[in-house]
Amino acid sequence: MVTLRELSTEELFASGHRLCAGCGEGIINRMTLKALRGPTIIVAATGCNEVASTIYPYTSWRLPWVHVAFENAAAVASGIEAAYKAMARRGAWDKHVDVIAIAGDGGTYDIGIQALSGALERGHDFLYICLDNEAYMNTGIQRSGATPKGADTTTSPAGSVIPGKPEWKKDLIGICAAHGIEYVATASPAYWNDYITKVRKGIEVNGPAVIDVLSPCPLGWRHDSSLSIQLVRLAVETRYFPVYEVEHGKYKLNINISKPKPVEEFLKAQGRFAHLFKPTYRKDVIDEIQQNVDSNWNRIQKLTTQSSQ
Amino acid sequence: MTIVGLTGDEAVAYAVKQSKVDIVAAYPITPQTIMVERFSKYVADGEVQTEYVCVESEHSAMSACVGASLTGARVFTATASQGLALMHEMLYIASGLRCPIVMGVANRALSAPINIHGDHSDMMASRDCGWIQVYVENAQEAYDWTIMAFKLAEDKEVQLPVSVNLDGFILSHSMEGVDVLEDGVVSKFLQLRKPLFTIDPAEPVTVGALCLPDYYFEFKRQQVEAMLNVPRVLRNVNKEYRGVAGRNYGVLEAFGMEDAEVAILCLGSTAGTARAVARKLREQREKVGVVKLWLYRPFPTEDVVVALRRLKALAVLDRAVSFGAPYGALCSDVVSALHTQQEKPQVFNVIYGLGGRDIEPSDVELVFKEALKIAETGVVKEPVMFLGVRE
Repeated sequence: MVTLRELSTEELFASGHRLCAGCGEGIINRMTLKALRGPTIIVAATGCNEVASTIYPYTSWRLPWVHVAFENAAAVASGIEAAYKAMARRGAWDKHVDVIAIAGDGGTYDIGIQALSGALERGHDFLYICLDNEAYMNTGIQRSGATPKGADTTTSPAGSVIPGKPEWKKDLIGICAAHGIEYVATASPAYWNDYITKVRKGIEVNGPAVIDVLSPCPLGWRHDSSLSIQLVRLAVETRYFPVYEVEHGKYKLNINISKPKPVEEFLKAQGRFAHLFKPTYRKDVIDEIQQNVDSNWNRIQKLTTQSSQ
Repeated sequence: MTIVGLTGDEAVAYAVKQSKVDIVAAYPITPQTIMVERFSKYVADGEVQTEYVCVESEHSAMSACVGASLTGARVFTATASQGLALMHEMLYIASGLRCPIVMGVANRALSAPINIHGDHSDMMASRDCGWIQVYVENAQEAYDWTIMAFKLAEDKEVQLPVSVNLDGFILSHSMEGVDVLEDGVVSKFLQLRKPLFTIDPAEPVTVGALCLPDYYFEFKRQQVEAMLNVPRVLRNVNKEYRGVAGRNYGVLEAFGMEDAEVAILCLGSTAGTARAVARKLREQREKVGVVKLWLYRPFPTEDVVVALRRLKALAVLDRAVSFGAPYGALCSDVVSALHTQQEKPQVFNVIYGLGGRDIEPSDVELVFKEALKIAETGVVKEPVMFLGVRE
């Protein structure tokens, strides 16, 4: 893993952007850009990250940055990657350019999954980073395919009959890995060196790579903005968000949590799960979430063991 | 002179090959598919250096084209009907980001009910997307206009995407003799693209930023300005092309208009039928003419006015319907263009050929007869006429 000393002091993501205090996205952007190896183009999907960092005539990006639409970051990245290949072939281009697509979970798990799947299948050489804050935060906290069960969002509100989102989160890593691509990983910005190392690995892979990074959202998760990083560490320590990678089809748990904290600790720290505690303590729902966390962890651990055999 | 037997789709593919495009990102759809099939074969046989991105949808096709175009590459795509509809969101972005992409459209009816045959519903629904639109009459024109389209799109005064429209099946699948240019002649006419800016990491730029009420309007105004530059730039492109190919093009083509009292105005392959009928009627000393628009967007208002203002009656043929509107889209534009004129013809609209229904010479003759009657009486009894439909 990368050490602090090895990181560039150059800041390619400028301060002055308009992301919320405590937003994971700005922190993650900064880390992402510390992992670059050379000329790079960023492709952004519509979302908080885009609207808050490039309000014309200002920009926070000190490298080329392209935003086209919401659902097509992977397709736009495909076109850019292919174009440089073609121009190099006719001798009009002699540099290697890395392409990184950045999208939220709505733009990845839901509306952008077709474009992502197509780009992975075609094998374009690019890294796709999903800033996963587990809901459509830019439009005001609506549920997505990445929203966890039980979360209160504006389109899966905690009501007197339905206690938040009834469905489980989609297995994006499994979906991406099923394309047979070389590198897929999850990450939490609380483990910065793990994340930065993974970004570099994803860039170095000759072909597509995907990283799903958990991004805390004080507004949508309803937590104290000073506790963002602690919260995404807790997500890992409770095994709620396992940090692992799938390299050449082999699963590997990168951060082993031998003594997990109960998931309840992660849930109760956030307003989006407050209805599971007050006015009635919903042990049934919390237990169900704990069981899901356990079985998911066991699944990944099993895949890790199988992969090392 | 080299005459090759090509369908309309093949003629477009051949022109794209000679235009040395860097990227083709496209998805198959009838009746456009031959364009991408032929082009894929050029790639497979190493006849071109193009990267062919076999995308998983038309939405991604246009998305990949936009990304590629921003690098400074020359880009082509092709589609029709539902594919164009699926692209709709991206059409606005391609023009808004000033990407000089060229797209072949084999015009086809829109669902429902589903129909694979030719009409103009697809592109007419996209007429306000900020794309330059050209309609061709035959395979030769499909070939010529595809080559000219790149030069027009990439001109620094324009920097806008261009669609080259050919009638589905009638042109896309019909083989004709096409006079093709030598590769070297095309290369000389169409030099490598020189973009105004690119996303080269050596000079970083932000493209596609959020523009709020304080800036958005100015961007749109600049796009309007770029559209206004098109007729002037196109004149030069046409002139230069005449020099290398010996064929005359412009914003419109007029037949018999020097003395015509009534005329038909239309787009695409129907113009050929209309001209044949007009020729016959003129032999019978009827003063009839035909105006075919090559350029539909931007609408060549001045040229249209000059061509039409002295007529007594005019039939505008729309191969698409604009539900709930007073006229079809083409007729609405013509009426708008003429409305400031003191001297102007009586105009009526003919909706025809939806879903690929044939337009026969007898149908055209019927329209001319109606126009002649209006010229004589000065009365339009039926402002919108549906031609050849069972009612």
